[in-house]
Amino acid sequence: MKRTVPIVIAAATGFVLIVSSFIPLTEEWGSAAMQWFNILAAIAFVLGGSNLLRMNLQKISDRRLGWGYAAVTLVAFLVTLFVGLFKVGVQPTESFPTYAWAAPYNQEGSFLWWLFEYMYKPLQATMFSLLAFFIASAAFRAFRAKNPEAIALLATAFIVLMGRTYVGGLMREFLPERLEWLSFDAMTNYIMSVFNLAGMRAITIGIALGVASTSLKVLLGVDRSYLGAGDD
Amino acid sequence: MQTRVLSEQVSVLRREWGVGSGEWAVAGCRSAPLVSSTSHLIFQISNSWRGVTIFALVFVLTLGQAAAQEPPRPVSDLRAVDHPNDVGESVDLSWTISPDDDPEADPQLVSEYRVERMTASDSDAVDDPEFLHEKEFVDIAKVGADEATFTDKGLKRTRTYLYRVIAVGPGGESPVVETETAVGPAMDWFRTDRGWLAVIVLLICGAVTAFIVAAKSGRELYIRKIPGLEAVDEAVGRATEMGRSCVFISGIQDINDIQTVAGITVLSRVASLTAEYGARLEVPTARSLVMTTARETVEASYLAEGRPDAYRQDDIYYLTDEQFGYAAAVTGMITREKPAACFYMGTFYAESLLLAETANAVGAIQVAGTAEPAQLPFFVAACDYTLIGEEFFAASAYLSGEPVQLGSLRGQDVGKLLVAALLVIGCGAATWATVSGSPQASAIVTFLQDNVLGSGGFLP
Amino acid sequence: MYEFFKTLDRRWIFLLMLIAVGLPILRGWQFPERPSPMVQSVFDAIESLPEGSQVWMAYDYDPGSQGELHPMALAFTRHCALKKLKMYYMTLWPQGPPMIQKNVDVLRNEFPDLQYGVDYVNLGYRPGYEGPIKLAVTDLRKTIAADVDGKSLNDLPMTKGLKNIQNVDLIINVSAGYPGTKEWVLYAATPYNISSVAGCTGVQAPYLYPYVPQQLNGLLGAIKGAAEYEFLLLEAYPQLRENPEAQEALRRMGPQLLAHLVLIALIVIGNVIYFVGRRRGDV
Repeated sequence: MKRTVPIVIAAATGFVLIVSSFIPLTEEWGSAAMQWFNILAAIAFVLGGSNLLRMNLQKISDRRLGWGYAAVTLVAFLVTLFVGLFKVGVQPTESFPTYAWAAPYNQEGSFLWWLFEYMYKPLQATMFSLLAFFIASAAFRAFRAKNPEAIALLATAFIVLMGRTYVGGLMREFLPERLEWLSFDAMTNYIMSVFNLAGMRAITIGIALGVASTSLKVLLGVDRSYLGAGDD
Repeated sequence: MQTRVLSEQVSVLRREWGVGSGEWAVAGCRSAPLVSSTSHLIFQISNSWRGVTIFALVFVLTLGQAAAQEPPRPVSDLRAVDHPNDVGESVDLSWTISPDDDPEADPQLVSEYRVERMTASDSDAVDDPEFLHEKEFVDIAKVGADEATFTDKGLKRTRTYLYRVIAVGPGGESPVVETETAVGPAMDWFRTDRGWLAVIVLLICGAVTAFIVAAKSGRELYIRKIPGLEAVDEAVGRATEMGRSCVFISGIQDINDIQTVAGITVLSRVASLTAEYGARLEVPTARSLVMTTARETVEASYLAEGRPDAYRQDDIYYLTDEQFGYAAAVTGMITREKPAACFYMGTFYAESLLLAETANAVGAIQVAGTAEPAQLPFFVAACDYTLIGEEFFAASAYLSGEPVQLGSLRGQDVGKLLVAALLVIGCGAATWATVSGSPQASAIVTFLQDNVLGSGGFLP
Repeated sequence: MYEFFKTLDRRWIFLLMLIAVGLPILRGWQFPERPSPMVQSVFDAIESLPEGSQVWMAYDYDPGSQGELHPMALAFTRHCALKKLKMYYMTLWPQGPPMIQKNVDVLRNEFPDLQYGVDYVNLGYRPGYEGPIKLAVTDLRKTIAADVDGKSLNDLPMTKGLKNIQNVDLIINVSAGYPGTKEWVLYAATPYNISSVAGCTGVQAPYLYPYVPQQLNGLLGAIKGAAEYEFLLLEAYPQLRENPEAQEALRRMGPQLLAHLVLIALIVIGNVIYFVGRRRGDV
């Protein structure tokens, strides 16, 4: 029972979504199914949120490795939740001057807006910019000319890296017009629009077929690993 | 409304007097109600010589203005038909634009078309007040100049409708053109415009299902080995030897993403191995539903291996939905706990390299699998083994070891064969058409582009 | 030397990268750009629109990708404002509204003649991944009933008669991932034949090239694409030369040049170590 009911729900929803592409009458059913999922996922956040609180409180009380980070996480979580829910620092709008909570929670100047502008944004940007450093260390370690394929990869990387900078276009100044295709930027454009394009299409087609077959396995109840243990 | 009255009067005048625009300017000045005050003024001032000069000036100005203010000619061939391939709530209108509608002209005589609708009949509720309200023509839309179609949506299947279209310009409105017969929207049971897509879906899904059924009936299916997958066993073994944990990350998307589902299938296999070897398995998730699903899956694997006591629910936990918040938490955990093996199986974006490089720095063996093409180069550079695109989906079937799941892989191959055949036929025909100019080859290319590859096929 | 590089602590690499990125920023190095045909086609798609054309600005990015995508988003905004096009801003990313707000602030400060609701409108964030796209192309009001401030679409001159976005003249999408360019192409631009251009992060660009030129008129890839676009914009509208903020991407190309050179140097060093090690029998 524990496995049968979810399989029936998965199969029914999946087939409705497929059929809704072909039968006009069922078009609305497909979007209804999607809405149900969004509602369930939102409710499931309560599970996740409570688990997060419990785990971090436990880490702090046990003084486990890195418990200080758990304390920071907890404080950040609770403060953000509080200022967002209670709209701390939100001013009444012109349309509803007597209602303190009429303005949106992220109104400019509110506490949550402040958190977003001066905490969240710099932190996000920092994490993203770490990529520049990690790309450098990965390139240093991984790009080795071990075999002919790796040499081709290296040559391509060199051309594209140069072609994506000012130096790439600079070469044109020194090349005769009929040899301009040899400049890094022209070669980069060619690599991207021919080799890369063809490879990407092949990968995309393979992925699409993989998605179709994996989805079918789930719909037909062949793959049940995501359902956990239980009697059929 | 006043403008409409005027324009209708003007049209009548043009018909009755049978004059051109220049002559009509004089006639119009005498007759049209709106300019009667102007003619009165002209009469007053024409009593003096000075007045004659002003009269001439006003006459010339009025002449020019009247020419610009002439109403446009009407549209023709107005047709209303049921909108195809819908649930029965739309009607398509088409017409031939007014001969005065010229986008290059300056000034433009047509600025827009006004579409009006009237309910002609309702088999459902004749006394419905809403229906009675619509028993006269009401404005429903304004369509820009140079446009000759409009789709009226949100209609009722029980009703029939009449339409009319009026060209509107600076000079007023054209005479009204009305549909001759009432038309009602009808429900279509099948979207014929997606016929080719249905054929493709049936072929691929049919092949997958057929091979699954064949596998169920006990037929042996040969599936080639996927080298990267051998690494999963090796990685868990190494973690056990080193006495360190394994970390499994099933992407950052929710359980409705098929990559997450495929990742969970691989997790089931990894959990079986950790249960067997007695290694610790940690699964930080970015979605609450994935956490609950992963718990169920891992628990099932430990049960199947006869090690329910070794299952630790708290090692499968939710962190945050936020992409970089999640990446920060996981990289922090990897740096502190130094796991011996890391698995990345699911949907990944920019966090892929952050995770893989951090784990590499602590010396973990890493196996990744994703169908996100943009992240593949990062995983290839930073991990020991990477399952690329479809290999990742194949892996979930391969690792399960169940013959039925392997059947789906064979079905997938039929799909590939179909795509390859289409590619060969399409590219061959296109090349042949270019080289020889053969009309037959061109016809094949056009057919493929318009049907199988067009909006009836692969285009959504 | 060989031993030093063989066991190189990656923190040295990080330091080198920091210098490569930091130096051009501090020194303000800027280089001229040579627009590629791809960027030229994006520029032409907007430049060829007559005054008053409707442009759907779908800005799907967040603070994380702001560094890479914000300059091109602002360049699109400035270009549309200079061409006096009607701009409809919308985002499918929950962290997107502040990004749109920055564009709106540019319109307010640099183009005071343009009026909110008449020349541009901020429709804010819509949840539901690609769902809002499907609704926007068929029945806009099913997904958006009011602008970001809660003002009804019926009360704004720009949106009063807008039933769906099938008749907009161009979709400009700036995207950092899902939902983004692919979804706008699949559910709006292609089925309804709406012209569309896009800007995306560097890693996404190879994935989106297959859509050009039939389903996308052109594509700007990361800062390089944005810099070439800014270059074209400065050529066409020299008044922008006095505005340093309109040259943000061009300024960021300095760090990119040096960072790429450092990457090439690192790859070369890595290979030298590899071959020396192989000769010594270390590998």
